[in-house]
Amino acid sequence: MEVVYKKPHALTDVQMHYCPGCTHGIIHRLVAETIDELDIEGRTVGVAPVGCAVFAYNYFNCDMIQAPHGRAPAVATGLKRARPDNIVFTYQGDGDLAAIGTAETIHAATRSENITVIFVNNAIYGMTGGQMAPTTIVDQVTQTTPYGRNPKLAGYPVAVSEMLSTLEGTTYAVRVAVNNPAGIIATKRAIKKAFTNQLEGKGFSIVEILFSCPTHWGMSPKEALDWIEQDIYPTFPLGVYKDRTEGPSHD
Amino acid sequence: MAERLLMKGNEAVAEAAILAGCIHFFGYPITPQTEVAAYMSKRLPKIEGGVYLQAESEIAAANMVLGASAAGVRAMTSSSSPGISLKTECISYMAGSDIPCLIVNVQRAGPGLGGIQPSQADYWQATRGLGHGGAHALVFAPSSIQEMVDMVFDGFELAEQYRIPAIILSDGLLGQMMEPVIFPERKPKYIDKPWALTGHGFKREHNIVNSLYLEASELEEKNNEREQRYNEIRRLHAVADSYLMEDASVAVVAYGAAARVSGAAIDVLREQGVKAGLIRPVTLWPFPTAAIESAAEQLEQILVVEMSHGQMVEDVRLAVNGKIPVHFYGRNGGILPTQQEIINQLLELTGGVK
Repeated sequence: MEVVYKKPHALTDVQMHYCPGCTHGIIHRLVAETIDELDIEGRTVGVAPVGCAVFAYNYFNCDMIQAPHGRAPAVATGLKRARPDNIVFTYQGDGDLAAIGTAETIHAATRSENITVIFVNNAIYGMTGGQMAPTTIVDQVTQTTPYGRNPKLAGYPVAVSEMLSTLEGTTYAVRVAVNNPAGIIATKRAIKKAFTNQLEGKGFSIVEILFSCPTHWGMSPKEALDWIEQDIYPTFPLGVYKDRTEGPSHD
Repeated sequence: MAERLLMKGNEAVAEAAILAGCIHFFGYPITPQTEVAAYMSKRLPKIEGGVYLQAESEIAAANMVLGASAAGVRAMTSSSSPGISLKTECISYMAGSDIPCLIVNVQRAGPGLGGIQPSQADYWQATRGLGHGGAHALVFAPSSIQEMVDMVFDGFELAEQYRIPAIILSDGLLGQMMEPVIFPERKPKYIDKPWALTGHGFKREHNIVNSLYLEASELEEKNNEREQRYNEIRRLHAVADSYLMEDASVAVVAYGAAARVSGAAIDVLREQGVKAGLIRPVTLWPFPTAAIESAAEQLEQILVVEMSHGQMVEDVRLAVNGKIPVHFYGRNGGILPTQQEIINQLLELTGGVK
């Protein structure tokens, strides 16, 4: 029988712990496909965050490290500076990257560390049971915004791609979503570009990926995918926010 | 023969680290430590493969060390007390992930922002409070710049052998003063690091550096294995120096800068016929309990001198276990005890008699 579709080698043969309908698995697969296609598994080191994706160290076949909450870009900096020939990526959620790790994110970008950041944004803290995230949208109900996120009390959602696009050091900042097949294809393309940028020594690349959390949004998987388009897109529009690889080079 | 140089403690510890094979330094400015980073920023870019990086915070600097050390290189950071507090989060992760590294704490007075003068008020932090979860680091307490230089080699090598972080507990006095130093003609010893994140190259299974074990029995097993390493360190690597202890009836127990002053006070008292000696813990973790326990057999009393309100004194009392009185004298806030103050304390305790 002809094999037309198989698990990427860069994914381990371990059952993932993610909830039914969660789209982490899709993103893991896209990262693993990229590692396979670029043939870099043997020299790639991944940094797992604190949050739902903490067990990423069990799911990727490359060398892996688990970083303290929010510190993944600093850990990645150490890994990359120690062994510049290795390919280093972080995989971080919104709480990890845009709340507790904001400083590490901004300064890794501003140094244009030659790393790849996979930023998965589902507007909620999943691992701890569905609390307000820095990217929780206005009026969104969470365990800690039971009356909806009120900007007067809890501020506004953090727009990471827009913010990082203002930094000279950011090479590539793009926001994509995995809520439909076209979005998944676009996400794959963005991830591959972000890894290719690192291979070519082009500096800090971040792919912000909108994805779903049916469990803590209190929706069916299908409703959750639809909700991304209806309610999250207006706050977090998709698009390329920075691409220093196009046009004149700063190097 | 190696050259004798006059150097500042902070610069000497940095040069020693380079000689010990550490060319990856991640720092953040804080007084009275900044010369360590400044020296590294001058030297490392001139060394092939050398990395000096000024991080955005002490937290980030520690995590860069975690990353670099996990990649298998010798990596180091330095700071002073308030900055070490920020690093303790990562020190706990390094301890939990069995990652070696070297951290220099050029202690200043606290609590809070405190002051910038020398202090020994981080003893508890270094020996008890390196983040959550009950982990340890090797803690070395130099009392001269020469000793600090030698400890850098031991620090890296023992840290790698036992896969734990090592700390050199310096202070604002040792860091800022100048003293003659001879850099050892000692070749750094390296061991294999099969756990390092080098990229598997399809030659082995993927390595994972991690401190998370949600299965309680697995975590207990992991912690028990680490405790066995701690016990071996306690058994083999607790070091104390003794001075004029052969016939002593009273001993000062002091480390670091306080030991320098105490030694000078003892010299004066010896001329007056007082049989005083000095026990100087060289490692604070592991604490040289056995050396103090056995000294207590011959002594009538002990005076602990520290630049704090008394922290190490608790470990001395645990070692002595009530056999003889253990007294305490300390200055704090950035003030060193003077030679005369220590003489007066000892004269009062001994009644000036032999």
